Amino acid sequence: MNTQAPVHQGRLKSPFYSRIEPLDFLNEWHEWKGYSSADSLYCADLEYFAIRNATAVFDLTPMTKYRISGPDALDYLNRLVTRDMAKVKPGRVAYAVWCDDQGQVIDDGTIFHLREGEYRLCSQERHFAWLQASALGFDVSITHETEDVAALAVQGPTSFSTLSNMGLEGLGELKPFGLTHFDFQGTELMVSRTGFTGDLGYELWIDPDKAEALWDALFAAGELYGIRAIGTHALELSRIEAGFLAAYMEFLPADETVRTGRSRSPLELGLNWLVDFKKPNFNGRRALAEERRNGSAWQLVKLDIEGNKPAHNSYIFAKEKGNKSEIGFVTSAAWSPICKQNVALGTVRAPHGKPGDTVWVEIYYQREMHWNRQMAKASVVDKPFWFPPRRGATPPGPY
Amino acid sequence: MKTYDAIVVGAGHNGLTNAAFLAKAGLDVVCVEKNDYIGGAAVSRNLYEDWWYSNCSYVCSLLRPEIYRSLELHKHGLQVTPYGGSVQFMENGDYYGSYHDHEAAYREMARFSRHDADAYKRYSADTMRQCRFIRDFLLSTAPDPTSFRPKDLLELARIGGKFMEMGEDRMYDTIRFWTMSVAEYLDGYFETDVIKTAMSGSGIIGTALGIHSPGTAYVLLHHYMGDVDNNVGSWGFARGGMGAVSNAIAGALQAAGGEIRTDAGVEKIIVKNGKTSGVALENGDEIHAKVVVSAMDVKRTYLKCMDKSDLPEKFHHRIENFKIRGSSGKVNIALDGMPTFPALPEGSSLYHSDMHFIDSMERMERAYDDWKDGRWSEDPYIDMVIPTLNDPTMAPPGKHFMSCFVQYCPHKIEGRDWTSAEKDAFGQTVINQIANYSPDFKDLILHAEIRTPEDIEAEIGITEGNIFHGELTMDQLLFNRPIPGYAQYRGPVAGLYMCGSSTHPGGGVMAAPGANAAREILSDLKRPNTVPQSFGDD
Amino acid sequence: MDNKFDAIVVGAGHNGLVCAALLAKADKRVLVLEANDQVGGAAITREFAEGYSVSACAHLLYQLQPEVRKDLKISTRLASEDMTTIALADDGNHLRLTTDSVSGVSDEDAEQYRRFRKRMTRFSDLLRKYLNKPPPRLGTKDFKDLVTLGQLGLDLRMLGKEEMQEFLRLIGMNIHDEVTERFESSLLKGAISLDAVLGTHLGPRSPNTIMTYLYRLAGDHGRSGVPAGGMGSVSNELAAAARGAGVTIRTAMPVKRIVIENGRATGVETESGERFESFTVVSNADPKRTVMELVGAQHVETGFTRRIHHLRAKGNAAKLHLALDGLPTIAGLSKKDYAERIVIAPDEHYVERAFNPAKYGESSPDPVIEMTFPSFRDETLAPTGKHVMSAVVQYAPYSLKGGWSATAKAEFEAAVVRTIERYAPDIAERITASELLTPADIEREFHITGGHWHHAELTLDQFLFVRPVSSAAQYSMPVDGLFLCGAGTHPGGGVSGAAGRNAARTILNGEKAA
Repeated sequence: MNTQAPVHQGRLKSPFYSRIEPLDFLNEWHEWKGYSSADSLYCADLEYFAIRNATAVFDLTPMTKYRISGPDALDYLNRLVTRDMAKVKPGRVAYAVWCDDQGQVIDDGTIFHLREGEYRLCSQERHFAWLQASALGFDVSITHETEDVAALAVQGPTSFSTLSNMGLEGLGELKPFGLTHFDFQGTELMVSRTGFTGDLGYELWIDPDKAEALWDALFAAGELYGIRAIGTHALELSRIEAGFLAAYMEFLPADETVRTGRSRSPLELGLNWLVDFKKPNFNGRRALAEERRNGSAWQLVKLDIEGNKPAHNSYIFAKEKGNKSEIGFVTSAAWSPICKQNVALGTVRAPHGKPGDTVWVEIYYQREMHWNRQMAKASVVDKPFWFPPRRGATPPGPY
Repeated sequence: MKTYDAIVVGAGHNGLTNAAFLAKAGLDVVCVEKNDYIGGAAVSRNLYEDWWYSNCSYVCSLLRPEIYRSLELHKHGLQVTPYGGSVQFMENGDYYGSYHDHEAAYREMARFSRHDADAYKRYSADTMRQCRFIRDFLLSTAPDPTSFRPKDLLELARIGGKFMEMGEDRMYDTIRFWTMSVAEYLDGYFETDVIKTAMSGSGIIGTALGIHSPGTAYVLLHHYMGDVDNNVGSWGFARGGMGAVSNAIAGALQAAGGEIRTDAGVEKIIVKNGKTSGVALENGDEIHAKVVVSAMDVKRTYLKCMDKSDLPEKFHHRIENFKIRGSSGKVNIALDGMPTFPALPEGSSLYHSDMHFIDSMERMERAYDDWKDGRWSEDPYIDMVIPTLNDPTMAPPGKHFMSCFVQYCPHKIEGRDWTSAEKDAFGQTVINQIANYSPDFKDLILHAEIRTPEDIEAEIGITEGNIFHGELTMDQLLFNRPIPGYAQYRGPVAGLYMCGSSTHPGGGVMAAPGANAAREILSDLKRPNTVPQSFGDD
Repeated sequence: MDNKFDAIVVGAGHNGLVCAALLAKADKRVLVLEANDQVGGAAITREFAEGYSVSACAHLLYQLQPEVRKDLKISTRLASEDMTTIALADDGNHLRLTTDSVSGVSDEDAEQYRRFRKRMTRFSDLLRKYLNKPPPRLGTKDFKDLVTLGQLGLDLRMLGKEEMQEFLRLIGMNIHDEVTERFESSLLKGAISLDAVLGTHLGPRSPNTIMTYLYRLAGDHGRSGVPAGGMGSVSNELAAAARGAGVTIRTAMPVKRIVIENGRATGVETESGERFESFTVVSNADPKRTVMELVGAQHVETGFTRRIHHLRAKGNAAKLHLALDGLPTIAGLSKKDYAERIVIAPDEHYVERAFNPAKYGESSPDPVIEMTFPSFRDETLAPTGKHVMSAVVQYAPYSLKGGWSATAKAEFEAAVVRTIERYAPDIAERITASELLTPADIEREFHITGGHWHHAELTLDQFLFVRPVSSAAQYSMPVDGLFLCGAGTHPGGGVSGAAGRNAARTILNGEKAA
């Protein structure tokens, strides 16, 4: 018999699994890049309020991570992504998108400038083939390190207090999109002030061998600050309130689309601020410059919708009456508990979708087996639905 | 002798399909078959004790769902069960498996190369794009690019429109895809030899080309564009063997009032004044009809069953030069139990998968070099399945039926007939290659049926035993299939049609040629169309 | 302002010279920079042994486009012209092939050959028309592209129904099937197969080899000649035409990089550190070298570099040059036959079997050979009474397993000599010096990545609007002001000048439009 074990057939367990599993009363899991990831642990609504009211902990380990280093690392990244990476100094983190030659988004993610010339790229999807193809002609090394780094998101107004209580001295100096290193029981712990919730929050990165110890220390430190483990449902709600994009929701990775016209450019996703035409050449530059001249086909919109029925999978219309005026569709929708607003992200055909525009959303909802249809008025807004001052405060307040 | 509306020659799946659609339109149809059983190359044969062999075709994927539904094949006993995965056994004792579960498949690929594991997404999307492009044309007649008839111009415009819709870059990709070799296509995505090897097999199955021959990337589609329950690219077993497909179509034919006559080989297709009036059977009987449809390959139809004087000389010459090449053999084996494959971990799901015993692109190509020299491959590409792991009806409990499809195997050995010693040696080549990876395999063999292209031709009638009734090269595809100017199921003789795999869209148990030909015939007869339209895919 | 030009051409290969000359004729100030000491790239004559000179790479002229001759008033003096191809037979009953006839075969074969060539000539004439146009872009609304595409459709239809069908059928087919369908004579089948595969990584059974055969005919219907003084004469003549039009040509000036600023080419920098400025830079180098070395990946995009990376450009054709103290004796040849083109390809299977090892990185133990004795008609090439043999020998794959070591080269050279010996038993004893140029040597000496004579494999998936790769198939690169003009672009290699001429016209038209 072959002594080599076959590749794991079922779901992988994150190094935090032993800690999450006992807290998981609902036993609802889904697959995330091969890992089991909890939908919600005890009650999605309450987990959400841990994000907005206390400290919420989410297991980020399945997030795809690559280490990029070598003499050409900066040139390489600058050719890869649309923003100017020369401006991202060591100790800083940048949200970035990268495109194919046609200027269509392959994915978005965060790039951590760990040390001079050494970077970590984190994304939802896996891109090793693209990253390697992009390395042709560059002296750069790319290693996949998803399994080598355990990661937690620690988010919410008391997250700073929790982490300080854990002994992370000087964390108060860390600005949004900054990163710093601490010693944790003899191992390096990286902390970045980043997150997917639009609130005050941090992300913790550590050797998987120390994952359980980190969890234990974190929960001990956070006990007085209402620390709670949360699942994906709560995170997703906070993500929509913050107006962040998600792959497979707001866009499809361009290299995976089969049909023509189903991918999106960063300009169409409202990420103009991430596209720097003044920096050296980057993937998609020519196509995006042309799109800027000739106009985009689509426009991502944040919608404030009247009423309280979430506009899941809705069509968007230019006018209330007459279904010929369909201009797009909703990609993510939620009732925002903190804003008491009916919010959604969607995509509409340009030139529709300018801030201040009024559009109509066709909502179907069910009440005791009966389906109802409603045309709800919605306005296009340009700011995130939720952007509390504490998110940017440095040093952060205690709660 | 009775006069029918139409006679279909050959009760293979295409002949039966054609007859069924004609019968559904109210025609009085008879399907005649030379053998004493129906099904052609889609059969389940009881050749050893209680074993049933899918002794020619062995898996079901391409059968068009539109036809399945329209002929209500489920009511006539057909049940297709998907199965998954494949494995390549490697000379170094390792193996490369492909799993149904997406993440397991990813991890296995990443075991060899993370680059390749990630590249698979792009490969899938790009290949699926080509599938979508071609699938839409399977159930339609290829337009004649030299014609000015509105019907042809409209269809050309439709194809052009679909092509343009792809956008400039993807149009170029498409042109390249249609002209490149499967090896080069895969080189564009993957770096690992065994992974490329695993994927390249589909580019050469049934063709007289090697993985490095330009044009083989397209052949990939013929194995990728099928689907089982909307899962494009997936494969299934017909419960009861491939004969279940033919039997179900025959059931539909009979339910529509059509007749089937076995032991009724056609000696000649009768032509008078440039028109057909029926067929003369080998037993001397004649059957008359104004419409004769041949499900046989075109060489057999025109060169064996017709007089040269009944055909235009150029047409005859082109049919002579139509390329149908025997390049594959089969070894069907009854097993006393399930062989073990020590390379696989115990209980591995890969035991239920397609198995292959070749692990490099070089070995794949060398297998072709042997064929070019008129010999069977010393180190062949074998596609081996054990349907009885999923299907309890084909062998007694605990016993198994193993189907080995073998590429390459020539129709003639260096230009002359096979000797029985050579045939045995061919079988041994196959058995030995498997036995290299399964020490108990040889002891479990109860019976083996070895089939060279010559045997397949002798029994089923397909020229050179070619599974596609003609090479799937650019010069014999679409409007060139079988030959330019006659790609719309009609030949030069009025009333005589073609509905076999020599016609567009070609071979595999797809049934599309039979259905397409029926649509053309009904149109000529001004009868309502009974052939379903493509489900389409937006 | 010595270092400012309207256009800079990198590389003085024949295409670079044609392009430069045509730009200069349109009143551009043009500079050509050549790495080697001599102009001509792979079309040069050089001494390989004391007193013996030879056309170093290309040795037969059969594709120089009439348009190029006319535009630049080139009238190359030929030492041999309208050469007969002699296919050597074991028994001395050699075949003699001309553009429309063959002798030494049965009447049926001779008649078939006549018909075959007639049809091929007709198709190659159609093809030739498009070799001399930049390929149209697909899916654009550009009027010119639509016209070209429409014209292509019309030209196909003008062939007539039957011929159009035949063209569409043949274009993707292999030469093996075509010759086995038509001919009886093995020697004839071998000779035609050889013509279809020379210079490619294809065997006669590879689909696409009808196309490569047509390509060969698409110059002067397959008529070949040897320029007096070797192929270098053609290059010198082109260089003279260029200089006459005002082009500055500087040799021994290897270019280190093409300077790109803010997404556009602004000039070049040489290895010696000199800078030359121009908003139009034309690279006669092969596409891989141009993109990955001269331009640099950071100035283009990932999808593009990936396509360039996967461009198939590994040569299989080697050149063998022999210095001979006298003509070898080949039974069945008359004295004047030594002026002709002599091929060794006894049958189509032989050619296919010669190809087999190339697929696995091995050289052919029984190679196919196209040889000439240029000194027979041209005394300038060898000392009096002595002779030079120039042969294209296949297959010698660029990526030989284990590399092209001295031993590997000696082994392959011995295989070639052994093969020739079968027909010319005294060849070995007549050799006084020899030079074998494998694709690896050609890469090194002529700066052609992969040492491929077409710069990139000539197959349908790298032809027309996908040559070398999409988004660079119309000579303009995805960097403003940067163009390609070498054999890696449409239509491909051979001393044809078509690529250089098309590139020049594209550049000039672009300026007119802007």
